[in-house]
Amino acid sequence: MKRTRLLSRLWEFQNKYGYIPDNAISEIAQKLRVSKIEIEGVISFYHFFHRKPTGKYIVYLNNSIISELNGFKDIKAAFEKETGCTFNSYDNNPLFSLFETSCIGLSDQEPAALINFHAFTHLTPEKVKSIIEKLKNYVKLDSIANNPVCKIQYTPSENKTIFFRNYILGNSLKKIKPNTQNKLLAQIEKAELKGRGGAFFSTAAKWNACKTSNSTKKYIICNADEGEPGTFKDKALLTNYPGLVIEGMILAAYITGAKTGYIYLRTEYKYLLKKLKNTLMEFEEKGFLGKNIQGIDNFNFKIKIELGAGAYVCGAETALIESLEGFRGEPRIRKHFPTENGYLGYSTIVNNVETFAMASRIIELGANFINTIGTKQSKGTKIISLAGDIAKPGIYEIEWGMSVQEILHLSQATAPHFVQISGPSGECINETEFHRKICEEDLVCGGSIMVFNKFRSIIQILENFSKFFKIESCGACTPCRAGNQILYEKILKIKRGICTSKDLEEIKEWGKIMQSSSRCGLGQYAANTLIMAIDKFNDYFSLKVASCTDNCNVEFDMQNAVYDYDLIINTQINDVN
Amino acid sequence: MENITFKLDGRICTAEKGLNLIEAAKQNGIFIPTLCHFKHLNPLGSCRVCTVNLNGRSVAGCTIQVQEGMDIEVNTIELLDTRKAILEMMFVEGNHFCPSCEKSGDCQMQNLGYETGIRFTRFPHLFVDRLVDARPERIVINQNRCIKCKRCIEEVKTADGYNVFSFTERGNSTKVSIDYKQEAKLSEIEAERAMQICPTGSILVKGKTFSKPFGDRQFDLGPEGKLFSLDKIKKHRTKNKKKRIATTSLAGCFGCHMSMLDIDLGLLDLLEVVEFNKSPLTDLKNFTEHCDIGLIEGGCCNTNNIEVLREFRKHCDILVSVGECAIWGGLPAIRNTFPLEECLREAYLESMTSEEGATIIPNHEDIPKILNKVYSNHEVVKIDYHIPGCPPNANHIWNVVKHILFEEEYSIAYPEFKYD
Repeated sequence: MKRTRLLSRLWEFQNKYGYIPDNAISEIAQKLRVSKIEIEGVISFYHFFHRKPTGKYIVYLNNSIISELNGFKDIKAAFEKETGCTFNSYDNNPLFSLFETSCIGLSDQEPAALINFHAFTHLTPEKVKSIIEKLKNYVKLDSIANNPVCKIQYTPSENKTIFFRNYILGNSLKKIKPNTQNKLLAQIEKAELKGRGGAFFSTAAKWNACKTSNSTKKYIICNADEGEPGTFKDKALLTNYPGLVIEGMILAAYITGAKTGYIYLRTEYKYLLKKLKNTLMEFEEKGFLGKNIQGIDNFNFKIKIELGAGAYVCGAETALIESLEGFRGEPRIRKHFPTENGYLGYSTIVNNVETFAMASRIIELGANFINTIGTKQSKGTKIISLAGDIAKPGIYEIEWGMSVQEILHLSQATAPHFVQISGPSGECINETEFHRKICEEDLVCGGSIMVFNKFRSIIQILENFSKFFKIESCGACTPCRAGNQILYEKILKIKRGICTSKDLEEIKEWGKIMQSSSRCGLGQYAANTLIMAIDKFNDYFSLKVASCTDNCNVEFDMQNAVYDYDLIINTQINDVN
Repeated sequence: MENITFKLDGRICTAEKGLNLIEAAKQNGIFIPTLCHFKHLNPLGSCRVCTVNLNGRSVAGCTIQVQEGMDIEVNTIELLDTRKAILEMMFVEGNHFCPSCEKSGDCQMQNLGYETGIRFTRFPHLFVDRLVDARPERIVINQNRCIKCKRCIEEVKTADGYNVFSFTERGNSTKVSIDYKQEAKLSEIEAERAMQICPTGSILVKGKTFSKPFGDRQFDLGPEGKLFSLDKIKKHRTKNKKKRIATTSLAGCFGCHMSMLDIDLGLLDLLEVVEFNKSPLTDLKNFTEHCDIGLIEGGCCNTNNIEVLREFRKHCDILVSVGECAIWGGLPAIRNTFPLEECLREAYLESMTSEEGATIIPNHEDIPKILNKVYSNHEVVKIDYHIPGCPPNANHIWNVVKHILFEEEYSIAYPEFKYD
C-alpha cells in the first residue's frame, strides 16, 4: 500500500465500521511501515474520521454564521431531542451520532445538515422530527434527502455570460489540435486569468512554470475543497458544468505535459461524486481522457477523484498536497512553489475549480472576446455565492466591476449593514463602502458575499468567525494556534460587557502580530475581519465598551468570578436541607 | 562553495550560498532567537520566534537560505516586539510553572523569555487542562510545557526508523503524542537525547530528573555583565519627604516578603528614605496615609484579595506586582485548569483525611468567597511594574523600588532576572 492511498483507505474503514478501530490502525501502520501514532495523527486531523463507534447515521449540522442566524440552535436542540443523543459526543447510540461541522456549502439553504453525507436543507424542528422518525422506521436515506440544487439567480446579458452559457462537451478541447501548447497558453495569458480561489495568482505564470519545469512527472490538481464559510460557487460549477472544469484540467495537462490529474473533492460534496465520475466516464468514452487523447500521440491523461475528510485548511494548496500524499493537512513552509516541488516532489499545478472552468471558456471563446468583458485588470466574469439577509440567496455570475450596491439590489437585500466579502478570512465593509466595485482595482472577492442586516449582532458574527479559525487552524505554528484562541477569549470578554477601549486596541495590535508572523494564509488572514470591524463599525463598538485613558483601572467581572462558588455552596446547602 | 554577500540590519555580511539564515547570522555575530530550528533539521518554521523581514516581507528566519543580495532585518523595534509576543503566546498557551519545573534554568524557552525581557504577558493565560503522560517506558511527556515546536517529531526515531512522536488533533487542541510501542524501543541514551532536544521541559526521562541536579542550568548566569534595561520610570506625585511604602501578600506564600528582608543592610539604607505604612512588616492593618508605592505579593484567589488589591490601588500612586503569583497567578493557579467544584471537593470532601459526610465546603458570610480561578493582579487593577521571580531576587526588588523612588531608569543584572 502506498502512503498516498492513506485517506481513501481510512475512508473505507470509516464507512464500513462507522469508526476507525485500533486493529485497522495497526494494519495500516504495518503496511506503511510507520508508527501507529503517525496514523492516529492523520486520523485526528480530519474531523470526519472517528476513533470511537458512531451510529448508523452520522449527522453533521453546519454551525456557520448563516446557519446560526437561521435557527441553528433550534435545529440542534431538535436533533438532540429526537435522537436522544448529545452533539459532539460519542454516546453509543446504535442509530445516531451528532456532530457540528464548519460550512458545508449550503449557505443559500440554511439551516442545513449532512446525514451520512446526504444533504438536508431548510431544516425546521418539525422537519428534523420527521426525518429522524423516518430513519428510525427504516426509510431509505436517499429517498428523503434533499437534492441540493444550486440556484443560479443572476447571469449577465446573454452575450456577456461566460460560465453559465450553453455548454457542449469538448468545445474547448476541439481547439487543442489546431493549436500549439504555446498558443493555448498565450490565450490564457492574454485573458489575464488569475487564480479564482482567492489568491489571484496569474494562472498563465503558474502553468508556464510547470510547463518549463524539467520534473519527470507532472500533476494537475483541481482544488474542490471549497471550505471558506459562505462559499458554494465551486459546487455550482461542479453540479451544473462538471465538464467545463474537467476540460480545463485537460487543457492544463496538454499545455504542461502532465499525465495524471486529481480532483480533491471535499467530502461535504460527496453527493456530487457520482455525477463527477459519470462525467469522467463520458470524457473517456469520447476520447477526451485516456491514451492518445484526440489522436494526439503521447497525449495521455487520466483524472482521479480523491475525497478530503473535513479540514478547512486543506483548501490551501500545499496543505491539500500534503493531504493527498496521506499526511496531516499542514501547509508547507513557503520555500518552493508547487510548480517546482509539489505532489510527491514533482511539479504540480493546483488550481481552483472556477479557474479551470474559466480556462476552458477562454480557450473556447477566445481571449479577445473575454477581454471585452470586465474591468481593466479583471477580465470576464466572476461567480459569487450570495447568502445572508437577502431575499434571493444563491449563485450570481457577475461581470467584474459590478458594485456591491448593485449586487445587494439584485439579491433584494433588506437593510444591509455588515457585508462580508470573501468569507471570514476576507474583509467586511460597511454602508459607506457599498459603492465599491468587485474587481482587482477595488475590492477583490474570492467568491462569497454574506450580507447581514442592521438587526444582526456584529459581535455574534465575529465570535462565529473566530471560533471557526480556532478549530480549523492546522495547529503547526504558534501565532495562529495560540493567537486565535487568545482573540476568541477577547471576543467573549466583549460579549460579557467588560471591555474597555484598550481591549479593542489590543485586539488590533495582537491581530497584526498574527498577520505578520503566521506560517500560512489561515493565520495571516484570520484576524483581518475582526480588526477591520472595529474600525468600520466604530459606533457599534463604542457602545459595547467603556472608553478609557492610559491610566484607567481594568474592568473586573466580580459577579462572574464568584458565580461558581455561589452555585456550589447553594447546592451544598440545598443538599443538607 | 560559493560565498555570497547579504545585508543584516543594514550591515554587509558574507556566508556560504544557501546556508540557513540562523547559522549565517550566527557566523556574522548576529543572534536570531529560535526554538524549533535545530542544526541539520529541515526548516520547520513552526515556532515563528525567528520571524525576520526579508526584502520587506516578514518570514520565519529558519526557512531562509541566504542568497546574494538579500536584505534582511532582524532587530527592528517591531520585530523585537513580535518575537516577544510570540514567546508570550507560548507562555499563556501552555501552563509553564517555572518554579516547579525540572528543566528550569536549562530551558531554552525560559532563556528566550529572559533574553527578550518578558516580565509579564500581555495576553491572558488560557489555563487549558493538559495531559501529563507517564505511561511510556522511559519518558514522561508533560503537555503543559509543550510548545509544539516539532523537534521531537522530526528528530526522534527508533533504530529501525519509526517515528516516536507525532502531532495529533488539530487547531487549538493540537498536541504532541507519543507512540508507546516505538518509545519502548528507545535506549536510555536515545531517550535522554529526546529530553535534550526538547526546548522546554515537556519530555523528561524517568529517574533522570530529580536524582541529581538536572541539567547544568546553563542559562542562569547569561553573558557576563549583561544587563536588562527594563522600564521607563514614570513620574509620580511625590511631595513627601520620606516616601511611603505599603506591602501585602494576597494569594502568595510570603516568600516574596522574605526575599524583601533579604535586602539585608540595604534595608537600613531604605529606612533612611522610606517609611512603611500598611504592611505585614509593620503590622498596620489599614492605610493611615496615602502611599507612594504598593508592593503586592500573590494573585487574587478570593473576594478578599480583590478588595485588598482595589484598596491598594486607591491608596498607592504606584503598584508593583512582586513575584510570579502576583504577575500571573503562579503556583496557586495550578488549580485554574480544573473546575472550582473539583478543587473544593478534593480539598474538603474527598481528601485523605475527611470522613464521608462529616465535612462541608466552608462557607460563611464572614469568610471570603473563592473565585472561579486565580487572577493575576493586572487583570483586576492597573499594575505599573512587574518584578518576576519565585521569589524575586532581593537585589532586583531593591533596584526597582529604589529607582522608582528616585525616578530613574533602571537595569537588572542578568543573573537577578529569573522566573524561579
